[in-house]
Amino acid sequence: MANLICDNLCMTFTNPQTGGKVEALKDINFTLKKGELLAVLGPSGCGKTTLLNMIAGFINPTGGHITLGGDVIKSPGVERGMVFQQGALFEWLTVAKNVDFGLRMKSTDKQESAELVEKWLDIVGLQGFGDTPTYQLSGGMQQRVALARCLVNNPDVILMDEPLGALDALTREKMQSLVLDLWKETGKTIMIITHSVEEALLLGERLFVMAPRPGRIHKEYNLPFAERGLKESLREIKQDSHFADVREEILTMIWNMEEEIMGRA
Amino acid sequence: MLDWMSDNRAAIAAIVIFALAIMFISSIFIGKKQAKLSAKDAVFGDPERTKGGWYWSVCGISALLLVWFYFSWGVGRAYFPNAANEMCQVAKLEEAISPIKAALPLESRYYKSTTLVARNSDQLMQLQSQMPTAAFSQNEQTELYALISETRRLMANSSNPANLSLDAQDQLQVLAQDLVGLSTRLAAGPQGISPSAEALAQPRWGTTHIEIPMLPITERGVLFDTITLDAQELAARFVKIRNNPSQNDALIVDIKNRIDALKIVTTSGKFDEDVTTARKAYLKAVERIFKRLDDGIIFPAQSLEGINTAIATLDSAKNDARGQLGTIEALFFPGDGIVKSRTQCTEQGSGRWLPKPTDVVATFWKLASPNTEADGGFKGIPLFWWKWLPVGDVVAMIMPDWIADILPGEYARHAADGTVTPNFKDKVLALAQGDVNLGAVPMFDGHVWDSMFRVLVALGLGIMFGVPLGIYMGVSKFFKSFFDPLIELYRPVPPLAWAPLILTIFGIQDDGKIFLLFMVAFAIMVISARTGASGTQLSKIRASHSLGATNGQILRNVILPNALPEILTGIRIAIGVCWGTLVAAEMLAGTTGVGFIENVARTVSDYELIWVTILIMGILGLAFDLIMRWVITKTIPWRGKG
Repeated sequence: MANLICDNLCMTFTNPQTGGKVEALKDINFTLKKGELLAVLGPSGCGKTTLLNMIAGFINPTGGHITLGGDVIKSPGVERGMVFQQGALFEWLTVAKNVDFGLRMKSTDKQESAELVEKWLDIVGLQGFGDTPTYQLSGGMQQRVALARCLVNNPDVILMDEPLGALDALTREKMQSLVLDLWKETGKTIMIITHSVEEALLLGERLFVMAPRPGRIHKEYNLPFAERGLKESLREIKQDSHFADVREEILTMIWNMEEEIMGRA
Repeated sequence: MLDWMSDNRAAIAAIVIFALAIMFISSIFIGKKQAKLSAKDAVFGDPERTKGGWYWSVCGISALLLVWFYFSWGVGRAYFPNAANEMCQVAKLEEAISPIKAALPLESRYYKSTTLVARNSDQLMQLQSQMPTAAFSQNEQTELYALISETRRLMANSSNPANLSLDAQDQLQVLAQDLVGLSTRLAAGPQGISPSAEALAQPRWGTTHIEIPMLPITERGVLFDTITLDAQELAARFVKIRNNPSQNDALIVDIKNRIDALKIVTTSGKFDEDVTTARKAYLKAVERIFKRLDDGIIFPAQSLEGINTAIATLDSAKNDARGQLGTIEALFFPGDGIVKSRTQCTEQGSGRWLPKPTDVVATFWKLASPNTEADGGFKGIPLFWWKWLPVGDVVAMIMPDWIADILPGEYARHAADGTVTPNFKDKVLALAQGDVNLGAVPMFDGHVWDSMFRVLVALGLGIMFGVPLGIYMGVSKFFKSFFDPLIELYRPVPPLAWAPLILTIFGIQDDGKIFLLFMVAFAIMVISARTGASGTQLSKIRASHSLGATNGQILRNVILPNALPEILTGIRIAIGVCWGTLVAAEMLAGTTGVGFIENVARTVSDYELIWVTILIMGILGLAFDLIMRWVITKTIPWRGKG
């Protein structure tokens, strides 16, 4: 089983001018089993993006290590797909060519990759948009392309860095359903960073609330809403009293953390 | 057809100017109307407001052309084709009487005699006060003062009307009468005189390189022309009249002898060198003034009054006879008008250095004609045409001779029977030296192509080497730090400052200029590619890493396309700078190219050719830029939308 394991993960940034050290993350330990959906929430500056970048392999930890299916992660790789906040699409390519990118880099057979691209465009709801230049798409559609581009590579883990942060409320809800559908359909491990408590509750089968200075996992939740979201409408779930309780609890938690930081500063 | 247009360029210009005026006025009307219709379309500052508006372009272009036509005397030539010829005849008369006028206050405020008397008196006064007393004995000083006052008496005698010889009085009187007679004839107008057949057969104004036809082609012109002949004769008579009063005859001889006597004493040798020099210089100064006064050119003021009045009469008769010509000249011939000098009449002012649009077009057609045998092109080379280019020459240019040298074996030796059989090595050498006939391909030819070729080759090389280096400098610490100081050191030096050095090393042929332009293009391409490469969004790079791309693949598929907008902008700038540098380099040295044409035109003051080359450069520069703009919108439509 391709489990993602973080073992005593530490990250200390050193300011090259002053030599001062900042502990961005300290002693992070968790295991993400295959097929789990993890949402990470926390006040700004708590190291959520740093954690994600380390798992993606963009930066290396200063202490501890991350393994995926037993292999230590040292650099980026196709088995860990990334979706960024702004899509990070290649605007000089069409939608199909963007989705095709990973396959082309691997020199996959043209026929085969064309079929794969077609299939994934269908799944994310972009049928017939293959030849459209990406700069003509709306924000939501751009994120669908980013999802398809990531999924076509068949990664073990999908890492999402505030993927829906820049979308309007309606589009956002549709995309949240899409993420849940994809999770269900593909059975992929998904780790999603978000600053929206509601989104974290809706999507997170597991939910980490992180605390800053040093960045650490403050509290972990196991939530039923993601499973329910596959069947019920997300809006109904939001009106659930249990949902509201947890939301208030987490909001208070984060609020206190922010207060603490302000007080210290 | 072209010849016909060339001969009738004034008529064509008349039509064109009329059309331009109509275009100018109607475009203003259309513009006004459109402005009213679209007044509420968009708020001020919204870029949408600038869209469209072709009528203002028409308005601007026609205004510019009208101004050009006007200040180049194009309007004057189009609507008053005979005016210049008539003005030339008037200028002839003015030139003829100018020797008389020069002696009169009409032209120069004072009588020439008055000026002479005033100046000589001043100088005598100065001499008197500056006498080097140490150099002359007491007696000599007394003698010199006496000489100076005697010289003054010469002037006094000449200025006294009572002393004017009867002969001179007579001559002046007759001359004044003749001048008045001339005025009367001028006022009477052209009676029964008409232009000669020879005059009418002259090439018209501006159709050849003789600027304005000399012989009169209108009745008024003929009148002025015939008057001019008599005026010339009168002027010749005037300058010969002398005023030598009899009272001066003995005085002149006396002064001359006394000066000579003083000179002899100076040569007796009892003074040292400095004193001798001072004496000589002083005596020479006195003698110079004396000699100026002994040739009878000072007249009593009253004696010239008659001539002065007669010339004034002639002047006003001239102005009357000129009629509307004066108004036309003031309105349509801005500048100094037409001046006769030596054997021709020339346009002065902006008419001189600003050629008429029609003349520029005619010069351009002549230059653009590919038929170099029939005087087309420039210096035996067409402006822009094609020719057969032997492939062998191209191969020889690319392939160096040493390729044959490094082949194994020896070059052929002559055999015992006196024959030489070339072997493989010899054949390769022949290929490298262009001695093999490989057929020919059609190729562009001409001055414009030579200039374009230099720019395009240099630009191509600059892109080929500059873009990869710039991209690597954008992503690699080694490339950035290693090459940055080198490029930043040579880049700020103006290309023309390199030119003398580069042209010395590479010669004045194409290679020198291409290398110079390559240096320019290379630096621009490196900087733009580097900016583009280092400006790639981190998330795109990270995304491609996560999608499994290798470093090389990222460079080719992400960083390069991402840098494309900057690279294309760099090319656009590089073309402009290369073009500017090239023309200057061609002016420094070379035998072909647009800059070369302008340089030759400059040395012979061929203003039309200068303007033609300027226009060619402008149009080519504009064409390059339009092509690049089109390429940019076609290749990077996502620019500003990413």
